[in-house]
Order: sequence, then structure tokens, then C-alpha cells
Amino acid sequence: MFFWSLVLIAVGIFSSFIYGRSRIKLNSKKQGTKSKSLPTYYAQYVLMWCLFPALIVYFSWAIFQEQIIQNIVISNFEFIEGAVYNEGLLLAEIRNVANNPSFADGKSIEIINAASHYSSLRQISQISFYTSIIIIMLLGALYASQKLKPEFHAQHTIERYIQYILIFCSSVAIFTTIGIVFSLIFESLRFFAEVSIFEFLFSTEWYPFIPIREGQTAAEGSFGAVPIFAGTFLVMVVAMCVAVPLGLLTAIYLAEYASQRVRKTVKPLLEILAGIPTIVYGFFAFVSVAPFVKAFGQSIGIDASPTSALAAGMVMGVMIIPFISSLSDDVINSVPQSLREASLGIGANKAETIKKVILPAALPGIVGAFLLAISRAIGETMIVVVAAGTAPNLTGNPFENVTTVTVQIVVALIGDQEFDNPRTLSAFALGLVLFVITLFLNIIALQIVKRYRERYE
Amino acid sequence: MNNSVAKEKIVSLRKKRSLEDMRFKYYGFTAMCLSLAVLVFLLYTIFSKGYTAFQKTIVLLEVDYNQEVLKLTPDSSDEDMEKGKFFRVKKQAIENFFPDLSKSDIKLVKKLFSINVDKEIKDYFLENPEVINTKQQIWVTAHSDVDQLLKGNSRRDVPEDRRKLNDIQLSYVDQLVEENRVKQVFNNFFFTKADSRHPEIAGVAGSFMGSLFTLFTVFILSFPIAIGASVYLEEFAPKNRITELIEVNISNLAAVPSIVFGLLGLGVLLNVFGLPRSTPLVGGSVLALMTLPTIIIACRASLKAVPPSIKEGALAVGATKTQAVFHHVVPLALPGTLTGTIIGLAQALGETAPLIMIGMIAFIPNIPTGLTEPSAALPVQIYLWVESAERGFQEKSAAAIMIILIFLFMMNAIAVFLRNRFERKW
Repeated sequence: MFFWSLVLIAVGIFSSFIYGRSRIKLNSKKQGTKSKSLPTYYAQYVLMWCLFPALIVYFSWAIFQEQIIQNIVISNFEFIEGAVYNEGLLLAEIRNVANNPSFADGKSIEIINAASHYSSLRQISQISFYTSIIIIMLLGALYASQKLKPEFHAQHTIERYIQYILIFCSSVAIFTTIGIVFSLIFESLRFFAEVSIFEFLFSTEWYPFIPIREGQTAAEGSFGAVPIFAGTFLVMVVAMCVAVPLGLLTAIYLAEYASQRVRKTVKPLLEILAGIPTIVYGFFAFVSVAPFVKAFGQSIGIDASPTSALAAGMVMGVMIIPFISSLSDDVINSVPQSLREASLGIGANKAETIKKVILPAALPGIVGAFLLAISRAIGETMIVVVAAGTAPNLTGNPFENVTTVTVQIVVALIGDQEFDNPRTLSAFALGLVLFVITLFLNIIALQIVKRYRERYE
Repeated sequence: MNNSVAKEKIVSLRKKRSLEDMRFKYYGFTAMCLSLAVLVFLLYTIFSKGYTAFQKTIVLLEVDYNQEVLKLTPDSSDEDMEKGKFFRVKKQAIENFFPDLSKSDIKLVKKLFSINVDKEIKDYFLENPEVINTKQQIWVTAHSDVDQLLKGNSRRDVPEDRRKLNDIQLSYVDQLVEENRVKQVFNNFFFTKADSRHPEIAGVAGSFMGSLFTLFTVFILSFPIAIGASVYLEEFAPKNRITELIEVNISNLAAVPSIVFGLLGLGVLLNVFGLPRSTPLVGGSVLALMTLPTIIIACRASLKAVPPSIKEGALAVGATKTQAVFHHVVPLALPGTLTGTIIGLAQALGETAPLIMIGMIAFIPNIPTGLTEPSAALPVQIYLWVESAERGFQEKSAAAIMIILIFLFMMNAIAVFLRNRFERKW
């Protein structure tokens, strides 16, 4: 349905363009004056008045159609007294019956009635969708065609419209941020209505199993996220222990020692490492590194978990190496050459220059890079989902199984999503924590890097 | 102080210092080599685990297309043929697979074959209806357990109760190998089928199409918006607080973890707007928002690279600012913006977490045909296969990774080609 309406809109705007062009030529010929702008601007003017109202109709239909139809169907549904209904399941059933009549066998008469109601509503909606698109395009063209007079400054108007479009495009970023903040805060508030925020932030028990059905006697869930934060921290520390020395030394070698040819070959290779999807690292951790860590643990007499923090953290560290090395490389390269030359000039060798002059000078930038890398590590999902555990465990031992914030978000949302259940909502609270921390780290890091850059400019 | 002693001291100090220098250089070199070694090891792991997935094991089965058993006649219509009792033919074929099989043995033999065998027997017959009342030797797909055993992925030497195939079944497989009734051929299923509960008939076609549709959505949404935003910020935006806010926003969005975008998709696109779950439309929208900052940053860099003299020239001969920008600056920056977009798309192709959040993790056994149909995506498919307990899925996940890496490599190669071919140095 929505594909053919796009074709319809395309035909509409094409004909409106042709129409606007010929109409303005005709009008200016009639009046015997030259039009203020080129004919193509008048054509664009008509086109825009055709296209944008049609797009608004199109998107509002695409977004709201299903919900409105469902609401009407549900509100007209003949509920049987005493029976308990689950609205989501009921709707799914009605939709199924409406889409394949063969499913109707054995369904109750109310469902079949509702399904036929549903399909008739869909039909009505489709017909009215097409008619309203056609009408709105005609109206737009009609409005625009009244302005098609030679003395009308079409170009100015078009350029103003283009400005609006561009402003809209750039505000998408703001809308996205608002959307993220609102969806996180809104669902988190619902979560904190049931679980106290102090329990969430400071308690050490995370057992998010809450009875899903009423009357089901399961243990009350408890949502103390401290073990999760600790697990995230542990994995992040392991990752940084791998990534910082390797990444920084690689960057130093590439920036200060390596020949042009080595740089030219190694940098793209590191970019490959950076471009590999994180699920691939997850596979690598799961298949190669975790068994290796387990065997290594056994050989030194430690009982390592197959989903140890060490395996996940090490692989995450490998993932971050190119990130740290390319950022540090930039930072080291932006240390002014004069500092290097002065140090070499008074007789220091390269290693001394690097250690005593360049690194101290580049330190703020490098710290900024580390902070960005930390925020990367905290927000990384797939490696830990595959290679770290799902059970919370408050421990500092990297051979043990730990879980992280991102893992718990995935675990909470992967099965049935019940948005009145704290277990599902806990994902949003964890997401909010994650968002705030990464944002905070990022802002600090960008500030540091910015100030550092200014110092040497 | 004695002159020679001082000299000696200086020499030894210098030696120590240059040794230190050497050592430091060596550290750096080692770190670089280690990083690259990990890359090689990673690629080697994937290749060595995955290459076997491109082959499947087939078994020679003698099928008797008896018309009584099939309940068909040689002149049945095509519709009737569809309804032939092929499962009975298959049952008979399996009963006679080895001579003198007892009832319990038949059960064991049955487990050597894929669930797809019924369909293969049927398809063979529908293609060659003249084989009715004849015995045919057909190569049919073996069960994943047999496949894994013959590929050496599952081991024989573990105790029987921890093996998928018991000792009797092992002896059957050995007998088949001896009689040359089993062989390995190119695994066409891997490229033509969607996901399945049975590893031997699971493929990447479904998730590949899903990824393609998702990337299409990402491109359609993010390319125009990114160009619009970067043109505005680079060329038109007044220097005020709102512009600054937008810029800060973009640079912060670039650092937001991808999983948070998934929560955005779940909380806003699915719950508020009610868009259909598990579809490339929603997945693509989320990934478009996620990759937008990357693409905008690349687009702005390429717009900045166009020398101002070109715009000034256009303005000087009387073009308006809009004309100067859209007729001169944007076309010149287009290769750069395309390169940036392709790199953004490559990032979107490998992204998994947001797609899991919006439900593209559901088990979808058919190949999607549109943007609003539930579908899987390649990275999520890999995740599902990695997590699966079935041994046969592990090689599939590695093979799917090979495919995704090949595509990423190709996209990056195209991006580099575009950059080298069309980008002008001013």
C-alpha cells in the first residue's frame, strides 16, 4: 500500500512541476511581461506545495493508521462478561484471522466479527488514504497556482523554503537527543515508581524475577544494580589494561619511529581492526579466547568460568586498540615540531624525547583519548553479551563470571516485553545510567582535547 | 676527577641510553606486531571455523516411486502429484536403507537424514514425473550430526552419552563412507535459505535480504538528511547559540552507545508511534539516526575541502547564495559525501545491539520481501547462531561472519575508490 502511494506522490510532483512551468510561461505571455524568476522556480514552487502536504499525510497515516484501527476494533469488541482478556494477544489473534481467513476455524464468533471489522476498517482507511493524498496534492497545487504571476518572486520564496528544509535536517540531531532523553527518563520514572532509586543505585542484590501473572508466587524481585556496575567496571579495567599499553605504544611507534612505508601499510590494517563488527569480536571471544582463558586458569590452578570477565575484557581491549592508537597518533602528531627539535638539539635521544617531552606535552590529549575509550568500553554490547555472563556477581576476580549494564539491558528486553513489569523497565533505568555516564565522559574528554588543541594552535 | 674515568662514565652512560632507546623502539614495534597478530589470528579463527559451512554432506538414497505407495497414477494431474504420499516413499526408502534393519535400527537410521529429505524426494519426482514405478538413486541431505561428524567438527572419542550419534549410528556412517554412499558438495542451502531450527538447512539468504532492506532504509533516510544538515551548518548557519547547540548535539550523539539508540527505537518508534516490530523499516530508522553523526561529520569535512573561491566566483557573477552552494559547492563535495555515507553504511551493517532491541532477533524462517515485513539481519543472525547450543550452527556463524566481512571490505573498497577517483585536490 505504502509503496504504491509513493508512486502516486511521484507522479503528482512530476505533473505539478510540468504544470507550474507551462502555467507561468503562459501567464507571462498573456501579460506580456517577463517573470521575475526563471520558470523552473515557479515549477519548484508548485512542486513543493504538492510534495510536502502529501508527505505529511503519508507519514501521519503510516504512523497512526494501525493504532487508530486497533483502538476502534478493541472499543467495539464484544467482551464476554467475566472472561479475562489480554489486549495484545487478542489484537494479534484478530489480525491473524483478518490476514489469513484459514485461521478462522475454531475461533470464537466475537473474534471473527472483530476480524471482519478490522479488515473493513483497513479497507476504508486505504481508500481514504489514497483519496486524501490526491485531494491534498490538488489543493496544494491549486493554492500554488494562484501565485503563479510574473510579478511573484518565486526564487526568493523557494530559497526560503530550502532554508527551512535545511534547518529541519540539522535539527534531526536535536530531536534524536530529545527522543533518547525522554524515552529513557519516561520509562525510568515508571521503573522508579516501583523500585526505589536508592535500592537501585546502592543495593547489592540483583534478582529481577517478578511474578508475571497475578497470583503467581515467586520471590519478589530485587533490583540492586551495584554488582552490575562492578562487573562493567571490571570488564572495562581489563579492556583498558590490554588496550592502553598496546594502543599507546603502537601510536608512539607509528608516529615517531616507523618509516613512511610502515605507516602506510599498518594504518589501514589497524582501520580494518576498527571496522570489524563487534559481534565478530564476540564470536572470537566465545570461540577462541574464552577456552584459552579457561585452560590458562586451570594450568595455574584457578577455576576460570567459561564466561570470565578476563576473556570478554581482553577481546574488548583488542577492539579498542585502534581507537586509542589513532586518537593518540593524532595527539602526538599535533605536538609542535619545535619541542621535538629542541629536545633532540640538547642531546636527548628519541626515547628520552618521547618520554620526557612529547608524552608530557601530549598528556591531556592522551587522557582525553583514554576517557573516550572508556566510554566506548562501557557502552560496548555484543562482545559482553556473547562472552560475559548474565548472572550478577560482585567480585574483583577477573577469572570469575560477571555481568555488565549492556548485557542486562539485552537480557531484560530479549524475551517477552511487558511494559508494566519492572524487569522490562529496568532496561531503561540501566540505559539511562549508561547514557549519563558515557555523555559525561564524552563531554569531559572533548573539553580536555579541545583545550589541549588550543594550547598548541 | 680523572679525565679518562669521566670519559668512561660518559661512554657507558651513552651506551645505556642508546640501549634504552633501542628497547623503547622495540617495545613499540612489539606492540604494533601484537595488535596485527591479533588481527591475523582473528581472521584465521573465523576462516578455520567457517570454511566447512560452505559444504554440505549428502547421502545416496534409493527411492522406490511405487504408484501404490504414492497413491498416484502415471497420468495424475499436477495438483494430485503435489498431494502424493511422499512421506510413505521416504519411510520405505529408509527402511530399506540397510539390509535387515530392526524397528529400533530404523529409528536410528532415520536420524541420519535431514528433515528436508521429504521435500527433496518430492521435488525430484515433480521434476521428473516419468520416474513413477521405478527405483531411483537420489542424493539427499544428511542430518547436521552426520555432517559435523564427517567434517571433523564433532569428536568421536567422547563417551556415547555425550555424543549426538550413538555407536550404532557411527557404525552406519562408517559403512556409508566405505560404500561411497556419502559425499560432500557445495552447500547451496547456505545461500538460498533463511534461518531454520535445523542447521543443515539454515542459510543466510533471509538475514542477508533483511540487512539489505535495512541498509536501504538507512541510506534513504540518512543521506539526504546528512547532506541537508551539513550544508546548513557549513554554509548557512548563523553563529549563534542554537547552531552551537546543534553542533554539540551531533558530536555527543556520535559517542552515545549503540544500545541506547536501540532503547530509543523501542521506546519511541515501537511504543509511541506503533511501527511494526522486527522490520527493516524500524531497524533502518534506528541505524540511520545512529550513523547520522558519522555521515554529517564526513560530509562537513568534504564541504569544507571545497575552496571558497569557487563559491565566491559564483556569487561574483550574480548567483544567490543558495545557487552558489547547490550548483557549485555541493556537486563538488558529492564524492566526499558519498564516501562518508558508505563508511556510515558499513558501520550500520555490522551493528547488532539496536536491532536486537527492536525485535529483529525473532526467529524468521522465510526470506523477507519488503521493508515492513519481519526479518532478521546478518549480524543478529550471527549472534543467534553463536548462542545456539547446536554444534552445526557454529560453523554457520563463522561463515556468516565471512560474508559480512567480505561485504564490509567491498564497501570500504568502493569508498576508497570513490575517494581516489573523484576527489579533487585543490
